[in-house]
Amino acid sequence: MAERAALEELVKLQGERVRGLKQQKASAELIEEEVAKLLKLKAQLGPDESKQKFVLKTPKTRFHHVGQAGLEPLTSGNPSALASRSAGITGVSHCAWPQGTRDYSPRQMAVREKVFDVIIRCFKRHGAEVIDTPVFELKETLMGKYGEDSKLIYDLKDQGGELLSLRYDLTVPFARYLAMNKLTNIKRYHIAKVYRRDNPAMTRGRYREFYQCDFDIAGNFDPMIPDAECLKIMCEILSSLQIGDFLVKVNDRRILDGMFAICGVSDSKFRTICSSVDKLDKVSWEEVKNEMVGEKGLAPEVADRIGDYVQQHGGVSLVEQLLQDPKLSQNKQALEGLGDLKLLFEYLTLFGIDDKISFDLSLARGLDYYTGVIYEAVLLQTPAQAGEEPLGVGSVAAGGRYDGLVGMFDPKGRKVPCVGLSIGVERIFSIVEQRLEALEEKIRTTETQVLVASAQKKLLEERLKLVSELWDAGIKAELLYKKNPKLLNQLQYCEEAGIPLVAIIGEQELKDGVIKLRSVTSREEVDVRREDLVEEIKRRTGQPLCIC
Amino acid sequence: MVVREKILDLVISCFKRHGAKGMDTPAFELKETLTEKYGEDSGLMYDLKDQGGELLSLRYDLTVPFARYLAMNKVKKMKRYHVGKVWRRESPTIVQGRYREFCQCDFDIAGQFDPMIPDAECLKIMCEILSGLQLGDFLIKVNDRRIVDGMFAVCGVPESKFRAICSSIDKLDKMAWKDVRHEMVVKKGLAPEVADRIGDYVQCHGGVSLVEQMFQDPRLSQNKQALEGLGDLKLLFEYLTLFGIADKISFDLSLARGLDYYTGVIYEAVLLQTPTQAGEEPLNVGSVAAGGR
Repeated sequence: MAERAALEELVKLQGERVRGLKQQKASAELIEEEVAKLLKLKAQLGPDESKQKFVLKTPKTRFHHVGQAGLEPLTSGNPSALASRSAGITGVSHCAWPQGTRDYSPRQMAVREKVFDVIIRCFKRHGAEVIDTPVFELKETLMGKYGEDSKLIYDLKDQGGELLSLRYDLTVPFARYLAMNKLTNIKRYHIAKVYRRDNPAMTRGRYREFYQCDFDIAGNFDPMIPDAECLKIMCEILSSLQIGDFLVKVNDRRILDGMFAICGVSDSKFRTICSSVDKLDKVSWEEVKNEMVGEKGLAPEVADRIGDYVQQHGGVSLVEQLLQDPKLSQNKQALEGLGDLKLLFEYLTLFGIDDKISFDLSLARGLDYYTGVIYEAVLLQTPAQAGEEPLGVGSVAAGGRYDGLVGMFDPKGRKVPCVGLSIGVERIFSIVEQRLEALEEKIRTTETQVLVASAQKKLLEERLKLVSELWDAGIKAELLYKKNPKLLNQLQYCEEAGIPLVAIIGEQELKDGVIKLRSVTSREEVDVRREDLVEEIKRRTGQPLCIC
Repeated sequence: MVVREKILDLVISCFKRHGAKGMDTPAFELKETLTEKYGEDSGLMYDLKDQGGELLSLRYDLTVPFARYLAMNKVKKMKRYHVGKVWRRESPTIVQGRYREFCQCDFDIAGQFDPMIPDAECLKIMCEILSGLQLGDFLIKVNDRRIVDGMFAVCGVPESKFRAICSSIDKLDKMAWKDVRHEMVVKKGLAPEVADRIGDYVQCHGGVSLVEQMFQDPRLSQNKQALEGLGDLKLLFEYLTLFGIADKISFDLSLARGLDYYTGVIYEAVLLQTPTQAGEEPLNVGSVAAGGR
């Protein structure tokens, strides 16, 4: 461990050296040399060492992610068994990849496809249309929308055109889209990657490029109905994904602001105190209090008053209780928020999901643009001891109402109220992958149904003709790219890839006008007439007879 | 989006039908990974601002990231597809219909195999997709980098001018021969007789019989590179015939794709516009797919 710390220190120093040289505009060769040294040091360190909080195993694949964040089992002390960037790769600088990003191997793509399938089906079930936006926006579009987080935006180099930045989320582009197209009503989903220059070492398991799955309802509607539907969607998705028990925490920006006001937080400190309270899901109250008083200059008695509120959570009865709270009920904003939450709970009960919702006064989402209800879904880890409360181990979805954002893009300031949610799929990918592995379910990376094989030499022509016939009939088929492959190798290929059928061409069979169709799992073989082969394969693979 | 979804669905199911695995890479790469892979087109890359970390650029295509992935993961064989956006700082007003951000659908086969079988499958896939999309008649032009280089050599093009002349020849699908010849002679300093010799070749296109003919060509058959290329094309045509698509393929000596990294067969699919008058050859209206070894 000490060795690692020393190495990390060296990386840090070398990084500073490189930055310094760039600032001084030192020669390109010198900079390149020092960058190469930095990369070599980083390579020794291994890939991103940030750890996730819950139990995960690294998937065992050949093509695994030499860029994946370090994932370690919670309880074991074993170092993660990752393929590290070995300095043995010649020309490390040519095989390196950007920090905080990763490739998706075929196995990860298969998992991703399964997860997106569930999510998109749910969005469509609720009548959402889909849109897409460019990966970059004008810098000015993104400026001023993300508060303290704005420094994490990736900018593009000024290359003589417009100043551009990579999108930080899908919500601001959505608001820009609405304003630009003068839309007042839309229910849309958008699944795409977003970019944040998080420091991966400081923030656990966070990538700099990651997927978001957003669903939003824009428009002026009767209160809380769309908001309730968003929560219903969140619950449907998290249940269908079968990733374990979850809880959705709910709060309201107006309640938070009202609470801060009556506790005595000065207006100017609102956002920064909000940031601190937001950390309560990861750190203890003492630490948060320390930060507020010690670092942010809040009076201790104000902090204590906040403490009385933020440690509360419960169902609709807590809403009722707070409506009676002598201090809070004096604040108009808080009353509005509480009123909406009360209505929301009524609708959630009708939707049959109120048992999954918890009104939690410590929920204070980071982003500036929320104006009303806010929510966050966390997975619950079964407690180690009976009687203990389940521990929330990480947020997997979040959202809220943001009525003022679209107005910021409209030249006349016309408001379009919006409410939405975002699913944190990256975390879900890991969990699903781990679950499949635990069940020892083989994840197929291809969908091939038949391998066209030959039993003897000089049958390439026949294989090419047959495989082409199968493709033209819409059957998923492959052949080995060898003129004279051994039958054993072809069968092995099927076993490894999970291909269920082999169509074997043999000299004798050719004369008889048949193909041997073999089931890879049962090893049963049957002779099928050439002209009946397509039909037989489709029957066995459950495919309809017409070409789809 | 609905239209896009339908199209991508068709393309991806074709890739899957041929046993390809899906893959994805980040939107940006280290600048050094992308530098010097694209020849004359390098100036069109989007760079990210230097914000104190590594120097990054948005990916220009999906092929270089694929090569980087293979090297990094020490993968020797892979058949993969990748559907994703790429970014190029082209000037949208000059070149019509070109966006700066656009989707590419790539299919690639990596690995040491018996010659031309994977190459033939790529062309088969191209045909299946273009037929499936029902965009009208199309044609796939095929050539080989070694034939292009061999042809330049026997015509007397100095090696240092190879890539530049290649660029000019590549414009023959949009410009007339005399304009291309003018560019080569006047702008790129090529001797006029060399240009004329090139002209004799690049205006040829045909089926496998043209391959046979070139084998007999007195000058070209002296060039080892060209012979290799012609040999591979002959084998390719055999396989394409077995795949039932030879009628869609044209060996076209004017095909000289822009990117530097091609080493063997190259191909480009164009949509054909039905001629307004009988007896005219169909006019091609733009490339819809391309690739190579």
